[in-house]
Amino acid sequence: MLSRTAAHLYWIGRYMERAEFTCRLVEATIRLDSLGHHAHGEQAWRSALSVVGIPGGARLGGDAFSARAARRYLTIGEENGSSVRSCLAAARDNARAARTALTVEVWEAINRAWLLIRDRARPGAIQSTLNLVEDLKAEIRGFEGALARMLRSEGSWFLRLGSAIERGDSTARLLDVKYYLLLPPGQQVGGALDRDQWSTLLQIVSARRAYRHIYRGPLQPWLVADLLIFRREMPRSLAASAEETVTLLSAFAGRSGRQGAADRAARRRLTRIQDLSIETVFQGGLHEWLHAYVRDNAELDSAIAAQFRFG
Amino acid sequence: MARRNAFDELWGVSRGRSARPALEPLARWLLQTPTAELQRRQQTAEAAFQSLGITFAVYGDDEAAERIIPFDIVPRVFTAGEWERLSAGLEQRVRAINAFIDDIYGERRILADGAIPADIVLGNAQFCIPCAGARPPHGIYAHICGIDLVRTGPDEFWVLEDNARTPSGVSYMLENREAMLRLCPELFGILPVRPVDSYPEMLRDTLYSVAPGAAHEPNCVLLTPGPFNSAYYEHSFLADTMGIDLVEGTDLVVDDDIVWVRTIHGPRRVDVIYRRIDDAFLDPLVFNPESLVGVPGLLAAYLAGNVALVNAPGTGIADDKAIYSYMPEIVLYYTGEAPKLPNVETWRCREPEALSYVLDHLDTLVVKLVDGSGGYGMLVGPTATRAEIEDFRDVLKAEPQRYIAQPTLSLSTVPTFTDDGLVPRHVDFRPFVLTGANGLSIVPGGLTRVALREGSLVVNSSQGGGTKDSFVLAADAGAGSP
Repeated sequence: MLSRTAAHLYWIGRYMERAEFTCRLVEATIRLDSLGHHAHGEQAWRSALSVVGIPGGARLGGDAFSARAARRYLTIGEENGSSVRSCLAAARDNARAARTALTVEVWEAINRAWLLIRDRARPGAIQSTLNLVEDLKAEIRGFEGALARMLRSEGSWFLRLGSAIERGDSTARLLDVKYYLLLPPGQQVGGALDRDQWSTLLQIVSARRAYRHIYRGPLQPWLVADLLIFRREMPRSLAASAEETVTLLSAFAGRSGRQGAADRAARRRLTRIQDLSIETVFQGGLHEWLHAYVRDNAELDSAIAAQFRFG
Repeated sequence: MARRNAFDELWGVSRGRSARPALEPLARWLLQTPTAELQRRQQTAEAAFQSLGITFAVYGDDEAAERIIPFDIVPRVFTAGEWERLSAGLEQRVRAINAFIDDIYGERRILADGAIPADIVLGNAQFCIPCAGARPPHGIYAHICGIDLVRTGPDEFWVLEDNARTPSGVSYMLENREAMLRLCPELFGILPVRPVDSYPEMLRDTLYSVAPGAAHEPNCVLLTPGPFNSAYYEHSFLADTMGIDLVEGTDLVVDDDIVWVRTIHGPRRVDVIYRRIDDAFLDPLVFNPESLVGVPGLLAAYLAGNVALVNAPGTGIADDKAIYSYMPEIVLYYTGEAPKLPNVETWRCREPEALSYVLDHLDTLVVKLVDGSGGYGMLVGPTATRAEIEDFRDVLKAEPQRYIAQPTLSLSTVPTFTDDGLVPRHVDFRPFVLTGANGLSIVPGGLTRVALREGSLVVNSSQGGGTKDSFVLAADAGAGSP
C-alpha cells in the first residue's frame, strides 16, 4: 500500500471518530442543559468546549460566548477545526484522495454524512440540532458497519487504527475536563447536580446502560472513572483503545514480518494499564495520570506515522 | 436553425412517426412508460451519482466546485451494422495516428515526402522536442484514443476531433450503463445490448502488455494530478476497477532512471504509468519547472526505456486541430487507403485565403483553438451575439495561426428529458480505442454527450452538457420480444 494512502486512511479513521464524539458531546450537553436552570446550562456548554480544547474565554468565531453560539461552533463552525462539519470535511477530503482504497459503501457513508451538514448555515433550534446530530450519528454508524465489511487487510486496519488512537484521545480529554467530579472511593458524594454530570459523561461515550449492567448499583464517581479507564469490554475505555491499537499493529506485523517502535510503545502502554487499578490512579492524581495518557497517545501517533512512512 | 431538419437517432427523419429499423422496441418502451415514471428513474439516477461522488470540477467556478454531470435516461443506440462500419473506420484512424507519431519522432518520412507541411509538425507547440529520436516500449504511442464523432444523417458520420493525449469520459460510459441496468432493466430484455463492462480488463491488459522487459510481474500505476482535478473521480474509478494503485506525483521517485513508488514497506519499482497528467506537467526538470504534480526525472526514466508512459509524451500533437485538418492525407499515407471516417471540412486560419473566408462567414462557422479542448475559447457563429462575433474577429486577426474553422453541422438528435418533457437534443459520441502490444481493441460503446439547452451544439460537460448511455446492438438485432 502507498504510504500516502495509508496516511489518508488513518486520518479518515481519526476524523470520523472525532466527528462522532463531537456529535455525542453536543447531544449530551443539550440534555444536561435542559436538566438544570439557565446558569447551569451555560456551565455545561463551557465545559463541552473545553473537552475539545477550546479555552473558557475564547470568542466563538466572532460571537461572544452563549449556549447557542457554543452549539453552532461545535456543530457547523467552519472556523473551528474540530467542529462536526470540519471533521467531516477533512474526512471526506482524505476519502477522496484515497478513494481507491475504500469500498463504495465506506465512501458513500462518509460522503452522505458530509452532504447532510455541508449546506447547514445555522444549527437551528435545539430540536433541529438534535435531529441533525441524530442523522449524522446514523450515517457514522453506517460508516462503521461498512468498515466491518471491508477486506481484512491493511486498508481497514489503518482506518481502525486511526479510530482507536482518536478514541483514546477523546475519552482521556473528556475525563480530564470532569476529573474534579470523579472523586475517589469513600469521599462525600455530591448532590443531584453531580449525578447529572456523571450520567452526562456516560452518555457522551454511550455507556449509561453499560454502567448499569457492569456495576449493578447506583452511580458512583470512582466507578464511572473505572469504567472509562479500565473496563476492556467497554469499547470507548482507554484500556479497550490501548488493546485495539496493539491488536491492529500486530496484524500489520503478522503481514510484513516486521515490528517497529510503534508496536513496542503500544504494548508498553497496554501493559501499564493492565497493571494499574483505579485506586492507584487516584493516589497519583487522576488529572496528572490523564495528562500523561494524552501525551503517550500523541507519541504513539507520531511513532505510527514514522513506522509507516506517512511523511 | 440546425435543429429543425436534424437527423434523429431514434426517429430518423420521420419526426416521431416511425422508429428507425431495429430501434422499434426502444420507441415502444419510450411511448409506453409513463412520463412521471421516467422522470422518477432519472432523478434516482442523479441522486445515486451524487452519493457515489461521480462529480467533475468546473474551472473558475468556485460555487459549484463539484457538480454531477446531468444524466439522461433515454439511451442512444447504434445498430450492429453501424457499429461495424464505425469500428473499421476507428481502427484505421488509430493505426494511422500511431504510425504518424512514430514517424515524426523517428525518421520523419511523411515530412521528407512532403505529404504534409513540415512546419505544421516541427513548429507545433505540441511537438515534444525531448521525445524526438526516442521510441517507447513496443513502439506504441497512443495507447488510448478517444475519437469524437458526430452524425448528420443515416450514413453520415464525421470525425470532429482526435484525443490522443489523455482522453477522459470512459467512467461515464461504465457508470451510465450501471445506472441503466439498475433503473431500466426491461430495456436489456427488449434490445440485444452488447456489454461494456469488460473495459477495465481490456485497459489493464493493454497496460500490462506494454511493460518494458518481461523479467517480473509488471507494476502498473495510475498517475493523477490529485483530488482537485476535474476528472479525479474517473482516475480513482479506473484505478479501482483495474486493481492498480492511484498515485500522485509525490508518491513516485526516480532514482538512477528507475521509477519507484513509496509504500508502507519501502519503495517498489514501477513499470507502467497510466498518466492522467499533461506532458507540460509530467516532469519539472524537462517541461514546466513550476509543476507540482509531476515527477522529477520521469522523462529520463522513460527515455532510458525503464518505464512505459501511457500515453507516451508527445502524442498531444495528434490532438492538434491543424494536424487534424491533414488527417485524410495522414491516413492515406500510412494505410494506403482513403479514410473510412471523413473529417469535417476545415479551414486553417493560418492560410490567408482561408482566413479571409472565415472572417467573412463568422456568423455561420464554428471557430476553435488548434490546441484547445473542453469547449473553451471557441466561437459558435450561429448562436453568438453580434458583439461576441466582433470581439472574436479581433482575437482571430491577432493570431490567426491559432485557429481553425468548420461549418456548423446539423448534429443528430436523440429524444432527451427536460423540464418541457421529451424533446430532441443534439449529441456527439466518443468511442475509446485501445492499442497494446497484442493489437487493437474497441469496447462496444462509448460516451454520448448531449447539449441540454435547446438548439445548442456545445456538448462539453464544462459548458452545460449532459451524458447518455450508448447502446451497441448485437448482430442478431431485431430479435426483440413482441
